[in-house]
Amino acid sequence: MSERLDYPQGLAEAAASVVPGVSAHDEHGDLVLTAPRDGLHDLLRWLRDDRRFDMLLDIAGLDGLDLPDPCERFELEYVLYSVSLKQRVRVRVHVPETDLDVPTVTDLWQSANWAEREAYEMFGFNFVGHPCLKRLLTHHEFEGHPLRKDYPVMGGQWCSSTSDLTDELLEEQGGAPR
Amino acid sequence: MGVNDPLAFTKNETGVVTTRMDAVVKWGRKNSLWPLPFGTACCAIEFMGVVASKFDISRFGAELVRFSPRQSDLLLVAGTINYKLAPVLKRIYDQMAEPKYVISMGACACSGGFYDNYATVQGIDQIIPVDVFIPGCPPRPEAILDAVLRLQQRIDREPAPARGRERRHEVTEPWTDPADEGGR
Repeated sequence: MSERLDYPQGLAEAAASVVPGVSAHDEHGDLVLTAPRDGLHDLLRWLRDDRRFDMLLDIAGLDGLDLPDPCERFELEYVLYSVSLKQRVRVRVHVPETDLDVPTVTDLWQSANWAEREAYEMFGFNFVGHPCLKRLLTHHEFEGHPLRKDYPVMGGQWCSSTSDLTDELLEEQGGAPR
Repeated sequence: MGVNDPLAFTKNETGVVTTRMDAVVKWGRKNSLWPLPFGTACCAIEFMGVVASKFDISRFGAELVRFSPRQSDLLLVAGTINYKLAPVLKRIYDQMAEPKYVISMGACACSGGFYDNYATVQGIDQIIPVDVFIPGCPPRPEAILDAVLRLQQRIDREPAPARGRERRHEVTEPWTDPADEGGR
């Protein structure tokens, strides 16, 4: 892997020394760090606190069911941005189908709340420690995870009732602004 | 329609206009439709253009936009309706008092449009009865005016209301526009 010159010198090597098992490569001009699941939270905290990647842009899921030789079925990708450095880094973690537990990062970024809820409803990841892990975009009677490759594209589900969203406003659920 | 309409109105030599009760009721209904815009997407922007002075839907008596289903009789569904929103739309339709009419505006409301997926209702006629469909993405303002005119023609052709209750939903024969007959 060739370290990009405009990144802070040795970011990939430093990450590997802080969290064992982190590998790095360049993808479309972005540095991608692939972390083991048990080191994911530590790596993200280190990037935020020590490397000034203070902004969580997005959490994206990926279902590799149709890929020719997937090592694990699912992937999660955290897109971080540093406002002061004007740089982006992506952190990737592999998640097997049999064990979908992933540590939450809502304690690091408030914006992870809805991003993790979306990843949960679309792929079924279980974000351990999330304050209010319920469906965000689909309705409350929806069953299944529609962005999985084995979910039918036209598999719409009727909703028979409106839902009360007041539980999301409660502060202990992580919904209220602080 | 006016006092010159030979079908509904007759004027005798004393200057008194006589007509049938249901003709007057229909005349009032079709020329004072109060729309409830259920706008969820870009079609609603186009509807704003219809209400504004350039196209001016008030020329056809339908300018009094109400945002309460209790006060309106024309539900104008303009935009994408997804499954999460479907019970809301159904409930708003149910809250409207008879007689009530529905215009489905644009490709999304009519058929789901290009949202051919698990999230979007493939046509609001799966939830509520629709009187007029407007194609387009979004439709031109003229198409919305045309839909209002067609709805007015349809109201004209409704059977006389039975005493004490509406009979609108008992109409089973498909309605054809006289403008379409002989064409196509």
